[in-house]
Amino acid sequence: MMFSKLLIANRGEIAVRVMRTAKRMGLATVAIYSDADAGAMHVAEADEAVRVGPAAAADSYLNADAIIAAARQTGAQAIHPGYGFLSENPGFVEAVEAAGLIFVGPPASAIRAMGLKDAAKALMETAGVPVVPGYHGEEQDPGFLARAADDIGYPVLIKARAGGGGKGMRKVERVADFADALAGARREAKASFGDDRVLIEKYVTAPRHIEIQVFGDSHGNAVHLFERDCSLQRRHQKVIEEAPAPGMTGDVRAAMGSAAVKAAKAIGYSGAGTVEFIVDGSDGLRPDRFWFMEMNTRLQVEHPVTEAITGLDLVELQLRVAAGEPLPFTQDDLAIDGHAFEARLYAEDVPIGFLPATGTLEYLRFSKAARNDTGVRQGDEITPFYDPMIAKVIVHGRDRVEALARMRAALADTLIAGTVTNKAFLSSLCAHEGFAAGQVDTGLIERDLESLTSESQPPLLARAVAAVAALALAGGKSGGADPWGSLTGFRLWGAAQNFLTLVHAGEASDVRVTMRRADDFKVSFKDGAINLQLVPGAPERMIVDGHAQPMQFALARAGERVSGVTVFLDGETHEFTIADSAGDVGEAGSGDDVRAPMPGLVKQVRVTAGATVSKGDALAVLEAMKMEHTLAAPRDGVVAVINAAEGDQLKDGDLLVSLEPEKG
Amino acid sequence: MSILKPSAPTRGETYDANRKAMLEALAVVDEAVKAALDGGGATARERHVSRGKILPRERVARLLDPGSPFLEVGATAAHGLYNGDAPCAGVIAGVGRVEGREVMIVANDATVKGGTYYPMSVKKHLRAQEIAGANRLPCIYLVDSGGANLPNQDEVFPDRDHFGRIFFNQANMSARGIAQIAAVMGSCTAGGAYVPAMSDESIIVKEQGTIFLAGPPLVKAATGEVVTAEELGGADVHTRLSGVADHFAHNDAHALDLVRRAVANLNHEKRVDVALATPEEPAYDPDELMGVVPADLRTPYDVREVLARVVDGSRFDEFKARYGTTLVCGFAHIHGIPCGIIANNGVLFSESAVKGAHFVELCSQRKIPLVFLQNITGFMVGKAYESGGIAKDGAKLVTAVATTSVPKVTMLIGGSFGAGNYGMCGRAYAPRFLWTWPNSRISVMGGEQAAGVLATVRREGIERKGGTWSAAEEAEFKRPTLEMFAEQSHPLYASARLWDDGIVDPRRTRDVLGLSLSAALNALIEDTRFGVFRM
Repeated sequence: MMFSKLLIANRGEIAVRVMRTAKRMGLATVAIYSDADAGAMHVAEADEAVRVGPAAAADSYLNADAIIAAARQTGAQAIHPGYGFLSENPGFVEAVEAAGLIFVGPPASAIRAMGLKDAAKALMETAGVPVVPGYHGEEQDPGFLARAADDIGYPVLIKARAGGGGKGMRKVERVADFADALAGARREAKASFGDDRVLIEKYVTAPRHIEIQVFGDSHGNAVHLFERDCSLQRRHQKVIEEAPAPGMTGDVRAAMGSAAVKAAKAIGYSGAGTVEFIVDGSDGLRPDRFWFMEMNTRLQVEHPVTEAITGLDLVELQLRVAAGEPLPFTQDDLAIDGHAFEARLYAEDVPIGFLPATGTLEYLRFSKAARNDTGVRQGDEITPFYDPMIAKVIVHGRDRVEALARMRAALADTLIAGTVTNKAFLSSLCAHEGFAAGQVDTGLIERDLESLTSESQPPLLARAVAAVAALALAGGKSGGADPWGSLTGFRLWGAAQNFLTLVHAGEASDVRVTMRRADDFKVSFKDGAINLQLVPGAPERMIVDGHAQPMQFALARAGERVSGVTVFLDGETHEFTIADSAGDVGEAGSGDDVRAPMPGLVKQVRVTAGATVSKGDALAVLEAMKMEHTLAAPRDGVVAVINAAEGDQLKDGDLLVSLEPEKG
Repeated sequence: MSILKPSAPTRGETYDANRKAMLEALAVVDEAVKAALDGGGATARERHVSRGKILPRERVARLLDPGSPFLEVGATAAHGLYNGDAPCAGVIAGVGRVEGREVMIVANDATVKGGTYYPMSVKKHLRAQEIAGANRLPCIYLVDSGGANLPNQDEVFPDRDHFGRIFFNQANMSARGIAQIAAVMGSCTAGGAYVPAMSDESIIVKEQGTIFLAGPPLVKAATGEVVTAEELGGADVHTRLSGVADHFAHNDAHALDLVRRAVANLNHEKRVDVALATPEEPAYDPDELMGVVPADLRTPYDVREVLARVVDGSRFDEFKARYGTTLVCGFAHIHGIPCGIIANNGVLFSESAVKGAHFVELCSQRKIPLVFLQNITGFMVGKAYESGGIAKDGAKLVTAVATTSVPKVTMLIGGSFGAGNYGMCGRAYAPRFLWTWPNSRISVMGGEQAAGVLATVRREGIERKGGTWSAAEEAEFKRPTLEMFAEQSHPLYASARLWDDGIVDPRRTRDVLGLSLSAALNALIEDTRFGVFRM
């Protein structure tokens, strides 16, 4: 019997995606949210929503009691965990079931069986699934482990037994490095998982990450839905996934598929799962060169590529299986249609090392030619509390070449402002020759990182658009009826000029925008000039040298002031900030000297001559009128002279500290 | 409202000839303006920039809101004066928007003789303040001036409307709640030191701005004290020790931002007490003004040809259309602002003058701003008219125009001669703004008439003594007068002396009037109390 109300114990794009299918199936949906997500898209999309705690995930999306209470309170009969958070927590599954609710996922026993990596491997080995040669035993003596490594043969990988996400993992090239690497891995494992036990595995050269989507039901059936290639990874984080895997052959697929089904059956699996294999791609794909790594007992982030090539809705299948229905097909009913890619679009600062970024999405437009799974809308904020994913961009084509072309086009047509993103990086990846040729392995990104992340200087036109946009001279400016607002750029004689300073990647460039008319500009930089005309009645168009083209941008504001502009040009996104020369009014001390603001006693001198100080650093403490006054550095600089010592009595205006004069 | 239907041809020989003549007149002005916009020339500009200072016109541009109009006042002031040494009179003035509100900006141009004040500089500065005072526009002074131009001190310092009046105006505007803000971006010596000191709020630029009553050379001469300009009156001294300035700016751009911030903190909202309409372009292209207006001022034409290309939707509700027809009066909107328009359509008769006075009364009662389109040879002369009391009727119009409290804006679109200038709100009648077309002429009477009057007196004198005076002798006698009038009635001559606020391309008439009216509405319209009308 299909349940009628589903609670989604997750947030963001996956919550929205699960709801979409649930709604199509006629199910009522319940969202949960933390304080940080009260206005989030997944809350707006749900029929009902329940607050489960404060922003921190540990207190909200990982708060099992609150989530189960929310299901009870709203009368939801089933809980879909999405991915991450509580999706692979057997304790949670048991609690859900104990509450008389249905958990949309595998039984707790299956999750537990796959939870500890070495135990899972041992289990798989017994079930006849190939595993990477290695030592997964209990013995943790360094000497013993070193010998085990010798037996396996270098290079080897040391991995935390309870690990994941690359934490507590070390690649060791030679014997001499083993002891240090082991100690490091243990420290990290202990810190991350509270468990410093490790396992040793063979390190595969030119490895590929190929995973098999499996599906089981509660009637003992299990099938596989073919493979996905997730070799494009950076620090073990998947970047672009595809299905089918490039270079896959029928016999390898059959071998991997049957191994995966064998794995699922060995643990009595039901629902959606993924069996991940490490594949040695150094000599093409071969039936004897893949090894079990782990099984993810949940829906994967990258499930849409499988949906694209099979035409199935995996969430619908999950819900049906959870409701006790048998799989509606057998292995022989399944076939692959075309090729699909998924790119993970993140709020990430690529140039500074892919650090998560935050910000308000001032402008957000997805390509209409792609499936975009997202949990944010224009105006939403990417907060520091959760995964900074903006969307998964999914495309499908008749073949790999067509699908990749569509991905390139879709990314070019995806316009985001308000936060930095990894879009340019994804686009570079899609243009990578080796990737285009299907020559993928998990080291590809790391090897070519520099060229993949090299930032092109924004072209003159992008800067020109930024200037015109930032001056609010473009795009249906509503100056009002008053001629002082509507007569843009009016001059009795001569042409109006506007000035501003654009900053890109820390580099400032001065711009002069000369208005020949209210809609006709000459935009001049030190290194060139561009004539740009607006198209009347078409705010998103411009004419440059007689060539009409899109003019797309988004402005960021700090209060009333335009503080930044994002220009979308030829598929690229260029970010600029607008230099603000306004300092603080009355910033009297921005000079070189720090003086006693009133008569008083020097209690403390905290710096010495020659010290480098930052603006705001405490330089000295003065006691006066029963109060201690901290005298701070008026600007960044170097202390030149200290003119007073502790215990000195100063008069109003006496010099305490001088900074070295600023250069330039 | 009724829509004007002008009938002058907009193509053909006459149109083309008119257009050509107007473009030529415009080109003459354009050349003068180009020179003025350049300030003190390339060398002085380079020197200015090399000191880390921003050029004065760029300062103004950076101060304005992006895209803001700038209604410049006196762009060709001092043209042809002082051997051409003071383009633009060394000071840029005009109305623009800063932080969303209209302000008067007065910026010294230090590339022009160190920004020193020539007589016309003073006059221009005072005119800018007069505009600000009448229209309640906050004043922003971008100071970069060495003070009075010493060789011209007798025409700059002592009189009522000389240098001291600047500070008198600052004090009195401040008293009336019209904000006075100064940014000291260069030297600000002697009398000039009072500009920031008399301001409500002032900003000074580090290592550029100096304020002192006497500069280092004078200090040394007077007391022997040796001191640098920065020590004597730099930004640090004045923001930290003396309190002469309020805000310390790191550079010009920073100073301009601080000015903007000061304006943002004025706590002012423009409230307009007239019924605004949705603006509408004229139904007839303003560009046609160039050809429908005759090249020769003596050729009569229907002033409605001009109105149709100026007012919103070419809509004009005429008042007393059948009476006193040489003065066209009526209601219209310009950029959505309601106004009463008074435009000459020939010589003024008693009826026209009385009609005009009546219309001024109407607009005053209803608090509707007035626009004067001036093209007037004067009042009708002759026995019948004098005995009909034309002087009395003219006086009614002059009284009405002089004493009304509604804002008045005047545009000279042709001749401005004699008492017609008074009745049509000439400079002496304090229009909020007075603009002029490049084809206009202004003088006490026409050159021909003046020469004729002088020749008649001369002939009478010669003939009384029994002498004779040939036609050739008379022509030779008249020539210098004709030449003098031709030169002195030219708009560039007039504008150079600030008899008006500037020359306007006729195609921009509507926009200039709209901006002027809107700026004027910053001051609430007071009740009018007229003088005695001679009946």
